Amino acid sequence: MPEYWDPLIERMPVDELKKVQEDRLKQLVRYVYDHSPFYRKRFDEAGISPGDIRSPEDVKKLPFTVKQDLRDTYPTGMFCVPQSQVVRYHASSGTTGKPTVVGYTQNDIKEWSTSLARGLTSIGVGRGDVVQVGYGYGLFTGGLGLHYGTEMVGACAIPTSSGNTERQIELMQDLGSTAIACTPSYFLHINEVAKNMGISLAKDTQLHCGIFGAEPWSEEMRRRIEEQTGIKAYDIFGTSEISGPLFTECTYQDGIHIWADQFLIEVVDPKTGEQLPDGERGELVVTTLVKEALPLIRYRLGDLTIIKNEPCKCGRTHPRIMRILGRTDDMIIVRGINVFPGQVEAVLMEIPEVAEHYQLIVEREGELDKLTVQVEVTGDVFSDKISDLMKLEKKVGKALHTVLNITGKVELVEPGTIPRSMGKAQRVIDKRKI
Amino acid sequence: MENKLIKQISIFAENKPGRLEEITGQLKSADINIRAFTIAEAGDFGVLRMVVDKPDRAHDVLHDAGFTVSETEVLGVEMSDSPGGLHEIASVLGANNINVDYAYAFATTTEKALLIIRVDDISNAIHILNRAGVGLIGIEDVK
Repeated sequence: MPEYWDPLIERMPVDELKKVQEDRLKQLVRYVYDHSPFYRKRFDEAGISPGDIRSPEDVKKLPFTVKQDLRDTYPTGMFCVPQSQVVRYHASSGTTGKPTVVGYTQNDIKEWSTSLARGLTSIGVGRGDVVQVGYGYGLFTGGLGLHYGTEMVGACAIPTSSGNTERQIELMQDLGSTAIACTPSYFLHINEVAKNMGISLAKDTQLHCGIFGAEPWSEEMRRRIEEQTGIKAYDIFGTSEISGPLFTECTYQDGIHIWADQFLIEVVDPKTGEQLPDGERGELVVTTLVKEALPLIRYRLGDLTIIKNEPCKCGRTHPRIMRILGRTDDMIIVRGINVFPGQVEAVLMEIPEVAEHYQLIVEREGELDKLTVQVEVTGDVFSDKISDLMKLEKKVGKALHTVLNITGKVELVEPGTIPRSMGKAQRVIDKRKI
Repeated sequence: MENKLIKQISIFAENKPGRLEEITGQLKSADINIRAFTIAEAGDFGVLRMVVDKPDRAHDVLHDAGFTVSETEVLGVEMSDSPGGLHEIASVLGANNINVDYAYAFATTTEKALLIIRVDDISNAIHILNRAGVGLIGIEDVK
């Protein structure tokens, strides 16, 4: 099995990569200025002309774009190509506002699949593998994205999409799935259902790795998944605006490789928009260097991460982003304190008496915010002494307080009480009317 | 000693309507007879404890139905169903410094009443109760 999909590019010396970025960025700004009235207006307003961009560092002179821009120009006002060049549309569900539409040229689809082909190869998935694609197929980019990447590396895709869990498990056994791609919370659900069917994912299937994303998950959750199911669990990242799922970790599981010949990334202070140095946590900003239909300039993703520029042990020279533990818009502010579901998850996974499923409920009583954390009591370590259960509540409460610096009410609930999701898990229920 | 231990079934349940109905329904369908039963409540949740005629079967049925359930070893202490009966047992335990985590009792059709207790050091408790001449019932006796 090849270790690299494209060794020349993936191991390209950093200064050469910089040169590629420079050429492509210069081309890009000229291209969007000439082809999109939206960008031309933006640049003009900011007093920027394409000639001002001479190096990758100059990217910080360019104005940001945000999701609202896609909404304001709905459906295709930011596109740089006529409809005749577009071979596919995807669209967001619009649950949090007006939907957004993204479009792809033939080359965009090829670049997207190439990015995933590199990622899949880096985790040892290739010809001979059977990849069960449990992300939703349809307007959501997850299913089709992974599907094309899987076919490109010569592996076999099973387009199960999400849901119909017992059937998923049957197919997993019958067709010998070696890898699965879905949300981590859905995989935990699959594991539960398999257990109830008397099937051990570790012993009774050929599954050896999982490609998990579309929702933030913690290092502790990874450990738990790997211990319980005997597979290697890899993080995958991407959003529909920049194509879909695009980037994965390699077998070293030490950050997600972002292909610098295709994308230029920065991290900025979410409040001021100032670019932050490597190693500082901030909001991820992406400029697409090769997209044709809907190029994005300094698009603010809302994901919080840290960039690492030093080459990885695997030999790849491209920058990495460290595990995404939250989004600027996932964050809830409780009594003035920023709380990320990822932090809570990290705490809970350290406590063996509780299960993987949890939910945060925020309510307002009078003027005061009340945080309730619901956790499921797992069967294997259940003590029937009330005092032990009270101690467990206290232990969870104390651990949360240490990490969040906020006191929350802990509620022990029965297994299966917290709703299981087929897609992104809903970890936070905010009942406040603010 | 083994045959003097009773396997009690303990179930974690949220404190809300319908939970007891669900649990007892499961046991009924599996033809399991409940011989002794109590609920300990602690705010939002509670623990149901029961002595049944087929503990292993009850455990499996409830576990498969998705409940958090465990089997706990407890003692079934015979006591006289007359004034001072419980006091007699309590005196033996107290004099020998045995702490009771929890207990519940029920009367039977004989002149004996039955006290279910959970203690930390179960073998020591059996030894002391035997020495004091207190009768213990075993798993066979609850079938």
